[in-house]
This record gives sequence, C-alpha cells and structure tokens, in this order.
Amino acid sequence: MSFWTRHQIFEKNSIILIVGILLVIAVGGLVEITPLFYLKSTIEKVDGVRPYTPLELAGRNVYVREGCYLCHSQMVRPLRDEVERYGHFSLAAESMYDHPFQWGSKRTGPDLARVGAKYSDDWHVTHLTNPRAIVPQSVMPGYPFLSKTEVDPDAIAGDMRALRTVGVPYSDEQLVNAAADLKAQADPDNAGADAFTKRYAKAVVRNFDGKAGTPTEMDALVAYLQMLGTLVDFKIYNEKANLR
Amino acid sequence: MSQPSISKSMTIGESGLAVVFAVTAFLCVIASAKALDAPFAFHAALSAAASVAAVFFIVNRYFERPAALPPQEINGRPNYNMGPIKFASFMAMFWGIAGFLVGLIIASQLAWPALNFDLPWISFGRLRPLHTSAVIFAFGGNVLIATSFYVVQKSCRARLAGDLAPWFVVLGYNFFILIAGTGYLLGVTQGKEYAEPEWYSDLWLTIVWVVYLLVFLVTVIKRKEPHIFVANWFYLAFIVTIAVLHLGNNPALPVSVFGSKSYIAWGGIQDAMFQWWYGHNAVGFFLTAGFLAIMYYFIPKRAERPIYSYRLSIIHFWALIFLYIWAGPHHLHYTALPDWTQTLGMTFSVMLWMPSWGGMINGLMTLSGAWDKLRTDPVLRMLVVSVAFYGMSTFEGPMMSIKVVNSLSHYTDWTIGHVHSGALGWVGFVSFGALYCLVPWAWNRKGLYSLKLVNWHFWVATLGIVLYISAMWVSGILQGLMWRAYTSLGFLEYSFIETVEAMHPFYIIRATGGGLFLIGSLIMAYNLWMTVRVGEQEVQMPVALQPAE
Repeated sequence: MSFWTRHQIFEKNSIILIVGILLVIAVGGLVEITPLFYLKSTIEKVDGVRPYTPLELAGRNVYVREGCYLCHSQMVRPLRDEVERYGHFSLAAESMYDHPFQWGSKRTGPDLARVGAKYSDDWHVTHLTNPRAIVPQSVMPGYPFLSKTEVDPDAIAGDMRALRTVGVPYSDEQLVNAAADLKAQADPDNAGADAFTKRYAKAVVRNFDGKAGTPTEMDALVAYLQMLGTLVDFKIYNEKANLR
Repeated sequence: MSQPSISKSMTIGESGLAVVFAVTAFLCVIASAKALDAPFAFHAALSAAASVAAVFFIVNRYFERPAALPPQEINGRPNYNMGPIKFASFMAMFWGIAGFLVGLIIASQLAWPALNFDLPWISFGRLRPLHTSAVIFAFGGNVLIATSFYVVQKSCRARLAGDLAPWFVVLGYNFFILIAGTGYLLGVTQGKEYAEPEWYSDLWLTIVWVVYLLVFLVTVIKRKEPHIFVANWFYLAFIVTIAVLHLGNNPALPVSVFGSKSYIAWGGIQDAMFQWWYGHNAVGFFLTAGFLAIMYYFIPKRAERPIYSYRLSIIHFWALIFLYIWAGPHHLHYTALPDWTQTLGMTFSVMLWMPSWGGMINGLMTLSGAWDKLRTDPVLRMLVVSVAFYGMSTFEGPMMSIKVVNSLSHYTDWTIGHVHSGALGWVGFVSFGALYCLVPWAWNRKGLYSLKLVNWHFWVATLGIVLYISAMWVSGILQGLMWRAYTSLGFLEYSFIETVEAMHPFYIIRATGGGLFLIGSLIMAYNLWMTVRVGEQEVQMPVALQPAE
C-alpha cells in the first residue's frame, strides 16, 4: 500500500483527521514553551526585582488600558546601539512580575524599559498632557484627562490579591496596607510614607503630578514610568553568573 | 411540505436554548446592577438585551415555522442552508469597511497627531486594537465562517448540521465582536496584541467556537462523499487550532466577577512566549490555513479546473500545520527569551517557506489551461493576485525571521509593511474574490451586478497596496538604519525623535494607500448590494450528482 493510499484514512474519517491535526500542532508548542517554566535563565531571581507598589500597579494598569505597548517596547536588545541609547539589555527577571508582559513589538516611540529616573516628574506630566509642548515633532497622543481622573485607593487591594493568586509574591502586610500605601507614595508628608518604603525596596515617594489630594491617574502613570528599569543595580549585577 | 397530522412542538434545542438565554438575561441584569466599573455594567446590560432578543427570536421563529423542521433533502438534492451564510457575508462586508476606515484614521493619526483630539476613546492606543480586531477577527472571521459553512455543505453534499446552531454561531460571533470592539474604546483590554478582549468576551467566544466546531464537524460526518475535500481539512485545522491557541493564551483571573479587569495567569517571559505562540499562529491558522481553504475551493471553482496536484495538497497541509506552530519565537529575537528558542523559531520559520510556496504553486498552477480567463474575469484575477501576494509575504516572512535581518527590521514599520502585504494583498484579495463568488451563489443570482466595477475595485485596491507596502518598506528600513547609525567619532548619529520626524512623508503615503484600499471596498459593497437587489435569479438545473471517488 502506497503512502498516498494510506493517507486515505485521514481523508475518510473526520475524527482521525482531527486527532492527527491535534498531535501535529502540539509538538512545536510543547517543545518551545514547557522548558521556560523550569530553565534557570528563565525563572532566575535577580537582586532588586520586587512586585509593583500599589500606585505603580495602578499606573501600569493605565499604561495597559491606553495601549502604550502598541508604540513603546519595554525590551532592550543586546545590540550596541540599543545598549548605548537605552541602557543595559533587559533581563528576564525584570519582567517576571508582569501580568501581562509589555515587551511590545513596535517602536513608534522609544523603548521605555529603562526610562525610569531619566526625566523629571514635571517633564513627564507636561509631556503626557501635551507631548508637542516639549517635543514639537512628536506624534504621541495627548493624555490631559489623566490628571482629572482620580485613582480609587480602595480598589487596588483586589488587583493585588488577584496577582498574588497568579504568582506575584505580595505579602499579607502589603495587601492589608494597599490603600494606605497607594496614598502614601504620592504624598511625602504622609505619616505612612516611612512604613511604605520599608515594604517596597527602592520605591520613591513623591508628589508626582505636583497636585494635592487623592492621587490621580497621572500620579500613578508617572510613578510607574519613573521606576521602570531602576530596580536592578547593574554595578553589582553579575553578568557571568546569569548569562543566558 | 409539513403533514397536517404532525402536531407542532418545540424541539429540545429551541426550548433548551430559550431557557438558557432567559437565565443568561437574568444573570446579566444582576451583573449589570452589581458592576464595579461602567464598561462592565454597559456590557452586562448589552448582554441582557441580546439574551432577551434571543429568547424573543427563538419563540417567534417557532410560531412562524411549519410543524416539521426543514428537510435534509428536496427531490434528492441537498437542501442547503444559506441563511447564516448570507448574514455572515453581509457582516463581513460591514466590518471590513469599518475596519479599513479605522485603519485609515489611525494611519492619519500617526501622520497628524492632532487627530487624536486628546480624547481617550479615539486615541491611537485604543483605536489600533479596534482596527486589528475589526479586520482580522470581524472581517476575516465572518468571511471564514460564511465560506466554511458554504464549502462544507457543497463539498459534503449535506445540509448544515443543526437548526439553531448555525445561527447561534454567526450571531454569537458577531456579538463577541461587538463586546470586544466597544470594550477597546472604553479602555477594556488585556494588553496582549491580537488577544485584547477581556475574560468575559473570551469565555463567550469559547462557547461560540465550540458550537462552530460541532456544526462544521457534524456536517462533515454526515457527508454523502466518501472523501473529505481538501478545503475542509484546512478549515478543520483552522477551527481546532484556534481553539487550542485561544485557550492557551487567555487563562486569566478576573479581579471580580462583576468587573472587567483581569490578570493573565502567565507572567513575563512565559507570557511573552505564549503570546507569540498564539500571535504567530493567529497568522498561521486564522489568516493562512482558513484562507487557504478558500483558495482550495474558490479558485478551482472559478477557473473551472481541478486542483493542480492532490498529492501536493496533502504535503502542503501536514507540513504547513506542523511547521507553523514553531515559528512564534521569531517575534522575540534578541529578547530575554533563551537563545535556543529563538534559533528554533528562526529555523522553522525559514523551513516554512517551502510548504508556503508549495501551496502557492498548487493554487497558481490550478490555472493551467485557464490562464486566458485572467483577461476576462476580474474576480479570478483578484483570487490569483491574492495567491501571488501570499507567495511574496511568505518569502518576506522567513527572510525577516533570520536573526540578523530581524535585528534591523524588528520594532520598525517594515513589520507593518510585511503584515499588510499579507493582510491586504493575500487575506483581503482572497476574501474579496470569495465574496464576489459567494454572494451570487448564496442569493441565487446569475452573476455579479457589474464586472466593470470589480475591475475598478481591483486596480484601485492594488494601487493602494503598492503605495502602502512600499512606503512601509522605505520607512522601516530607513528607521532601522537611522537607529543604528554612528558618526565617525563613534557616537549615535540620530536622536530618536529625528527618526520619528523622518517617517512623516511615508506616513502620508501609507494613509493614501489605505484610503484607496477603503475606496475599493466601498465600490465592492455597492456592487454586491446591487447584485442582491437587482440581480437576475438563476434557474436551478435538476442535475443528479454522483459521489466523487
């Protein structure tokens, strides 16, 4: 019986055809995806990487909601020009708590993986409100409405609880203090600011949008942008030990 | 037809579905009242309204219909079910125009950012997913559902399985599009490209898709032909694999069952790999396998020639579906993904060139002995040019997946150009060609209202594609080169914003190309509308059919 005759079993039996399809399409995915859950280079922990603070998380949700990832990547490739333009190439660990990941696929605007601490808060607020006020040739949309929308401090604990269920290691203490921490990070005079910085290493407490009162989405987004890429100290990071 | 002795009663499907929708309506009202955010309340209310409408239509349909369900055959000929096909064809045209229009808007926003108007609902970041979903899932999806329901009936010589089920598929699928699309405008998104719909839209799509698979599969099972026709293998692979990809990429935990926000189960690098395993195979199985099924049915049919090589189609099928699944990592070259995965993705992407061109050759060579028809039949020309574009994109794709090429092309407009030569040239044209065939067939018309208008559509759209892709090639390669340019002193030559500024003229050319493509689709919509409205009825010839061996 020739190969072509044998093949008729698929042509004459729809269930066998479906099973055949399923087996054939399963191989590639299994080989490429499964190892990523146990290989050292993909699940390693790097000193400094921590879950997002409540305010940063709220800012990240704004980032996702507005589709920033469609024009900005968060993945510096180990190429000479990128490392010089943006900084150290991105590590797997730096996005380990990102649900979803925001590496992006297009750079209509520059990469943002290490944008943190490169510009002042004022610069970000002005730029987000009207990009062309600072960069005349920019094609970015303006986001003036972020300053007018307040973040609900009481809602963020629910988000953190959901993230904990999918694997982000928020502690009970962090969950209990979520609402207070959200307010404290945007208010240096807040009595809880010290306790907050103890709970989140390297977190910055500032009035990001420069306005008093409940934090706005502008506060949250700027807080998120200002921490991007700042968690790992590359002066003490051991490249050789973590070479991928 | 119905015998008076049969007493009329609701089928289990009718009564069961009516009860399910009644319960759903009730639950959606509760969800709407308890909603934590406005978009969720809106979507729950919309779902409640749709469920009530569904109950009304099921009951109303029951009272209007004769006691017996439509027969499987009339006078020995299969009693084909054309209703859902007509609906999906109409929706395909509608969403196509909407999707092309939004594409033109966002292309213009990139050229003239003032068009964002500082409003959240119409800013680029929210409209871009609307554009991609509208053209891929709304336009492409409706074309696939319409053609698959047509092809599976004709090639199996059996009436579509189910009574309400095919309507559930087409209406349910378009309701999914409505929920997903309005969600994007309101800022409801998972933040994963081409998989933006939130958890509740994903759940609904899963239900609709399972019913779609069942309708298709049961129709295949009750076929009157011993062999399953080639196009149906591709449709089956498309339906089954999209189900697997959808489930693999979308497991998410809602913050609350009364809110729209959820968090995806995968994080960081694992999420990236799942995403592009899904993303590239949305291309491979939605935009390729499904539309290759269209190629395998509509080109032979329109050219009145058999498929060039049956054996080639067997190799084409298995090689294509096996290799495609591996190609995802080429979207993640030089990222934190391990090198071996990237290299594996690249290797399989390059190998993929072979089955892709095998399929192209099979499609083009079907024209053997009928090439002269290209001069007289603009619909066939559209189908053939679509296969030529397929060949071009499936050469360009493997080339771009090579790591050194990708280091230049990635993150630039070259990718956008590549996608659009496939999307406009291949998927767009093969869909247009299929709809130009399908509308007269489904509405029982002798032919199209005007072949001259098809000719106009063809040339206007082709010019649009050429402008679009050449503008993106130039801007993409230019931008990639500017990013990595160094001065003689060893400094980066250009700031980022200088590279943005350099893109401006090409963004205008691109928008012009997109505008032409949109104009072409408007010509098409008019032509199809007139075909249905004033076209001459075709007289059915009673021909006895023999099963093909």
